[in-house]
Amino acid sequence: MSTTELKTFEEALESFDPAMGLEVHVELSTLTKMFCGCPTEFGAEPNTQVCPTCLGLPGAMPAVNAKAVEAAIRIGLALNCEIAEWCRFARKNYFYPDMPKNFQTSQYDEPIAFEGYMDVTVPVEGGEDEIVRVAIERAHMEEDTGKSLHVGGATGRIHGADHSLVDYNRAGIPLIEIVTKPITGMGEKAPAVARAYVAQLRELIIALGVSDARMDQGSIRADVNLSLAPKGAGGLGTRSETKNVNSLRSVERAVRYEMQRHAAVLSSGGSVLQETRHWHEDTGITTSGREKSDAEDYRYFPEPDLVPVAPSREWVEELRATLPENPTVKRARLQAEWGFSDLEMRDTVGAGAFGLVEQTIAAGATPTAARKWWLSELARRANEAGVEITALAVTPAEVAAVQGLVDAGTINDKMARQVFDGLLAGEGTPEEIVASRGLALVSDDGALGAAVDNAIAANPDVAQKIRDGKVAAAGALIGSVMKEMRGQADAGRVRELILEKLA
Amino acid sequence: MSDLTRRTAAQLVDALATGEVTSVELTQAHLDRIAAVDGTADAGIHAFLHVDAEGALAQAAASDERRAAGRVAHALDGVPIAVKDVLTTTGLPTTCGSKILEGWVPPYDATVVARVKAAGLPILGKTNMDEFAMGSSTEHSAYGPTRNPWDLDRIPGGSGGGSAAAVASFQAPLALGTDTGGSIRQPGAVTGTVGVKPTYGGVSRYGLVALANSLDQVGPVTRTVLDSALLHELVGGHDPLDSTSIDRPVGGLVEAARQGATGDLTGLKVGIISELAGDGWQPGVMTRFAESVALLEQAGAEVVEVSCPSFVHAMAAYYLILPAEASSNLAKFDAMRYGLRVLPEGVDAPSAEQVMRASRDVGFGDEVKRRIIIGTYALSSGYYDAYYGQAQKVRTLISRDFAAAYEKVDVLVSPTAPTTAFRLGEKLDDPLAMYLNDLATIPANLAGVPGISVPAGLADEDGLPVGFQVLAPALADDRVYRVGAALEALLEEKWGGALLTQAPELDGAAR
Repeated sequence: MSTTELKTFEEALESFDPAMGLEVHVELSTLTKMFCGCPTEFGAEPNTQVCPTCLGLPGAMPAVNAKAVEAAIRIGLALNCEIAEWCRFARKNYFYPDMPKNFQTSQYDEPIAFEGYMDVTVPVEGGEDEIVRVAIERAHMEEDTGKSLHVGGATGRIHGADHSLVDYNRAGIPLIEIVTKPITGMGEKAPAVARAYVAQLRELIIALGVSDARMDQGSIRADVNLSLAPKGAGGLGTRSETKNVNSLRSVERAVRYEMQRHAAVLSSGGSVLQETRHWHEDTGITTSGREKSDAEDYRYFPEPDLVPVAPSREWVEELRATLPENPTVKRARLQAEWGFSDLEMRDTVGAGAFGLVEQTIAAGATPTAARKWWLSELARRANEAGVEITALAVTPAEVAAVQGLVDAGTINDKMARQVFDGLLAGEGTPEEIVASRGLALVSDDGALGAAVDNAIAANPDVAQKIRDGKVAAAGALIGSVMKEMRGQADAGRVRELILEKLA
Repeated sequence: MSDLTRRTAAQLVDALATGEVTSVELTQAHLDRIAAVDGTADAGIHAFLHVDAEGALAQAAASDERRAAGRVAHALDGVPIAVKDVLTTTGLPTTCGSKILEGWVPPYDATVVARVKAAGLPILGKTNMDEFAMGSSTEHSAYGPTRNPWDLDRIPGGSGGGSAAAVASFQAPLALGTDTGGSIRQPGAVTGTVGVKPTYGGVSRYGLVALANSLDQVGPVTRTVLDSALLHELVGGHDPLDSTSIDRPVGGLVEAARQGATGDLTGLKVGIISELAGDGWQPGVMTRFAESVALLEQAGAEVVEVSCPSFVHAMAAYYLILPAEASSNLAKFDAMRYGLRVLPEGVDAPSAEQVMRASRDVGFGDEVKRRIIIGTYALSSGYYDAYYGQAQKVRTLISRDFAAAYEKVDVLVSPTAPTTAFRLGEKLDDPLAMYLNDLATIPANLAGVPGISVPAGLADEDGLPVGFQVLAPALADDRVYRVGAALEALLEEKWGGALLTQAPELDGAAR
């Protein structure tokens, strides 16, 4: 179906109520894989982080990574879930070349964590944030599959490819799949709720320190289930499952798109296929994947090679007691402390700079200054470099130090930007960069006086205007002085000198 | 025939210790014996799928060096062993008796193989088996059947017919087998050898190419109870790579075997399982069984009959659980990473799915396909509860029957198999008749309890070996050694030597 056949978002909402279910896969940052001792480092040479177990060689057996279980329990607790006293792994059987055993070791009807919720802060356009409670069905442990690379086709997809390569480095990396209950009654807010949920879940995961939570690297992947029911009728319609939606913005767009597509199908008297759909980041549309009817049968049964996981209540309570402060609670607390508006806070969090701002303030900068540098200057640079803001080679302590230099009058904001250039280029500490780049402001009257005299001499008309009392014209002379001083003059002192000389 | 191959492992331990022989000498003696009697798929015993003369002799030489330097690694250091082809061995092919793994050389050793190597036992080779351990006759091997040393026209049992026949025909003093429903004990019974299925979790399964993970167990195949105990103690014990392995040391088995050999069972309570007798049980088997029970009584044991009513459902439950697990285990054989790859005929640029299908079609034999289909069906949505779920409930009932029985008695006994060895081909077209061979051995696998089969003599009607099975509660493996050794001692006293001394000479069998 092409985009022209879609209903508008508004049309969809007129006739239908959306229901969403979000499945988020979190790749844990454990040192080793879920069921073997192989390292999990991202980006290694293909098929170098493999062993008999994660390659599914005949005879090899899994053994559960206790750190992964711990991470799963902590995620469950942070999502207000109950933690199973006893649960098992199960085999999910299906054939695929990047699945070494042709079954995935997962959990089926006995998840490690279940029946939880998350209170999601949903931004409302031009208004105060709204809190929506999203019910969590379950969080369960499983292993990742390998990664197929289809070579020779135009699209990188399997159709039309000459051949395919499989990298099993990812096979067996621990995943936690977090599944919501159907989220209903959201109406027009549905896309925003979906995005806010994934964003907040991501924050929670980062706060727990259990994953890199890099959506761009696939360490968090969202599947969006969506269905529409006739407005006011209640119940759930047939759902589509859009796989691997890999950015927050795309989560929002995918919900919106599927609402419009379902509405078009249903309005024309058709019925929605229960199927898997692919999300296309570039065009913002979904296309049909393999059909996923109820006929698909994974033949789950308990994994006989693994003993049940039975976390002691003492351990669970110990983990509960050492959970970090809930990011939402923490955010509300710090927002009040910092005096940020909802919008300012939203921007800070949205830019992925919340933690950076927090640390910058802790290092001595004012909240306003910390926010200013990270959200304007440094967010732009991260964007230009195509990296996450947290990946920039500038630390919160350095940002605080730069602001300290501005506050002390050593440099101005413009020079501060050059200091950031120096920091990104690895030229040393802010102080060293100020020295090596000769960035300190000139406020010495001798040097400045000569430049002011030159400016007056070069601009007799302007000088006359000032003498005539048009003080505002001083700006032109200040500009001239700054130009001569290559920006390194203390602008305030220059203005004073001009006015003195032309009094 | 070299005298060395006739000795038990325990005797060879002594001969090595006193310097009477070297490991190289006795390894060579066994290799010579293999060359003389094992033959090929067409003639001879055909116990081995792969003989590693060079590797075994090198390991033997290393063992002799260690001994000379006073650094013996283990009591069995230098005693050669044969390994069932279902256990992975670096540098040696591991086919599981299947075409689909033809030529596959694993990059890692099964934990039991690693332990055997570390202890210095030269590995003579890999033994034949029913494909993926599915069968009771070794006729389902893709590489041709193994023949029973007592009668080359008869089956050696299965699935571990290769290991049992190798030991029975003096080609190896020791062998490793695996037992999912009787694959160690039933071949032991029909070849006149000793085989033990340890408590589930007592021996690591890491590197055992799984048939049915919840039933499989590695165990010893030998000619004497003491030898089994020696090998069991070597390979048993906790393995972090197998999370179902029990975290406690294995021990006391050799001691139990030595104590049992004194022939005194005073105070022991023995239960005869009433359900494991009756129609379909060969009279000669029942006669030998009754004789053995009488001997146990003479040795001081108190014998009672015990009913385990759920055992009648064991076979049905087993043939749901096993295929279910197997269907999933065998999914990995898809021609993508290792093993046989067959390209479909008449297809240009076949898809991965087409290659998988063609390879599995050619690579798997009929019995394997049969069980994959049954297992896939049993696990399917809508059938799971009726089949797999129900079978698991039966399993619980069987465990309860065992628990109730062990409140009354210390060990349970039965004939190991309902009949003596049948003729090659006799039951090949009748899977159900084949399955019935494991009637008496399956309950122990379903409940995870240990069992031993010891030779009980020859059936009057056909002169073929009969096995006597002793079962004990989980973790009480020592009891099966004690009772097994006592019976062995009493019977050998009666026979005037080991049962296998009555087996036909095989020299020239290979020709």
